[in-house]
Amino acid sequence: MSSELKQSPLDAVHRSLGAKMAPFAGWTMPIEYGGLVAEHMAVRTAVGVFDVSHMGEILVRGREALKFIQSVTCNDAARLADGQAQYSALLTEQGTFVDDILVHRFAEDAYFLCVNAANTDKDVNWLTQRAAGFEVEVHNVSAAYAQLAVQGPQAAALVQSLTTDDLTGLGYYRFRREVVIAGVPTLAARTGYTGEDGFELYCAPDDAERLWTALTTTGGATPCGLGARNTLRLEAKMVLYGHEIDETVTPLEADLGWMCKLGKGDFLGRDALLRQKETGLTRKLVGFEVEDRVPVRDGYPLVADGREIGHVTSGSPSPFLKKNIGLAYLPIDKTAVGTQVFAVVRGREVPCRIVSTPFYTRPKA
Amino acid sequence: MANYPDDLQYSKDHEWIRVTGDTGRVGITHYAQESLGDVVYVDLPKVGTTVKANEPFGSVESVKAVSELFAPVSGEVIEVNTKLADAPELVNSSPYDEGWMIVIKLSNPSELDALLSAAEYEDFINEK
Repeated sequence: MSSELKQSPLDAVHRSLGAKMAPFAGWTMPIEYGGLVAEHMAVRTAVGVFDVSHMGEILVRGREALKFIQSVTCNDAARLADGQAQYSALLTEQGTFVDDILVHRFAEDAYFLCVNAANTDKDVNWLTQRAAGFEVEVHNVSAAYAQLAVQGPQAAALVQSLTTDDLTGLGYYRFRREVVIAGVPTLAARTGYTGEDGFELYCAPDDAERLWTALTTTGGATPCGLGARNTLRLEAKMVLYGHEIDETVTPLEADLGWMCKLGKGDFLGRDALLRQKETGLTRKLVGFEVEDRVPVRDGYPLVADGREIGHVTSGSPSPFLKKNIGLAYLPIDKTAVGTQVFAVVRGREVPCRIVSTPFYTRPKA
Repeated sequence: MANYPDDLQYSKDHEWIRVTGDTGRVGITHYAQESLGDVVYVDLPKVGTTVKANEPFGSVESVKAVSELFAPVSGEVIEVNTKLADAPELVNSSPYDEGWMIVIKLSNPSELDALLSAAEYEDFINEK
């Protein structure tokens, strides 16, 4: 089984650092190094670096690339200029998630998509099928990229210290190609999945170790595993495919209505979203705090008025907030902030309260 | 080896027991606490509860996971480490002393024969 798992180009580096490795989305990836809480706090208070080379990359290019991207994503790619990125999604005809993705515009005829590792093949097939009739090519370029995420309040200063390119003017959700960091050519995108400032750096797999070493050794970034990545994204209420989103829920239900630009013209899933908007939501993703010391985990049932009303999609202790938090889809009449529901933990009903989200927002600089 | 004191007996479920007369103090091993990572919650039985060898008596939770605790021997819980409610991290920092979990009054001391010595336990985890 393990021989079928893909390995990051940094696999040997992780093992030499004593990382706990585990299967993740078809890859064997580092879950933690010294300790999840220390890694989490390093990102909130200083800077950490994650190996996210398992993420997929898809290049869409051709004369009708924009027209095609517009037809298969729900956000408005026409608003992007070269060098801008956008959070978006591929939706089914029913308006549910094929995947959530980052769309980077290289040029009007070239878009670079970052997609979830577990969905890469599905997304490539999905896009390829729908590309028929468009003057466009879809290429799975995942094998050509390693990806390191440098995140935290000191991330920008660290990355800047390792390059002669001036990155100070690079805004949030902006990227630049061919930024040389520690001698390594990268695509440097000011994006991330932790709620902090930072960069996602795409480079050639053969260069990944050099970049990692510069960031962690010279730059002093704390190596962080996917365990901390999960607790950080949960505090920032960023959804995770397979947990909050999948082919059974829509962006409106996932509280991502802002991402669906229904006025941009037709796109796959738009009609379903319009219908859902008209009829109204019956359930919605909400965040809750546990009013008890016991953590509430993924999959635990939630009950109210003596009946089951949902289950936890992601639940964990929050290392930064020092509370137990979680996300869940609940019937619309239970989603108001302040509503009390109960999580069933080993047969015991534990009180939880719906709170406004995100749980954590980074302080304004 | 300081990580596995010689005066304890160990289970393959990674609990230790320190026997004094007909009672035994129980906790989890250095290996277990290290595998779990930062412990944030410990769910323990009430004093007076009866526990059975190799069956769950509670759970210990780290940030990332929940794991069941298995009793190394059968008997009655006569003491519970109430400090862990406010300071579950003691399980990490002091697994054999301040991080102990329960004291069991042994109902069948012959069950101790099935447990491992420190050296045997170290061999067991090194094979994993």
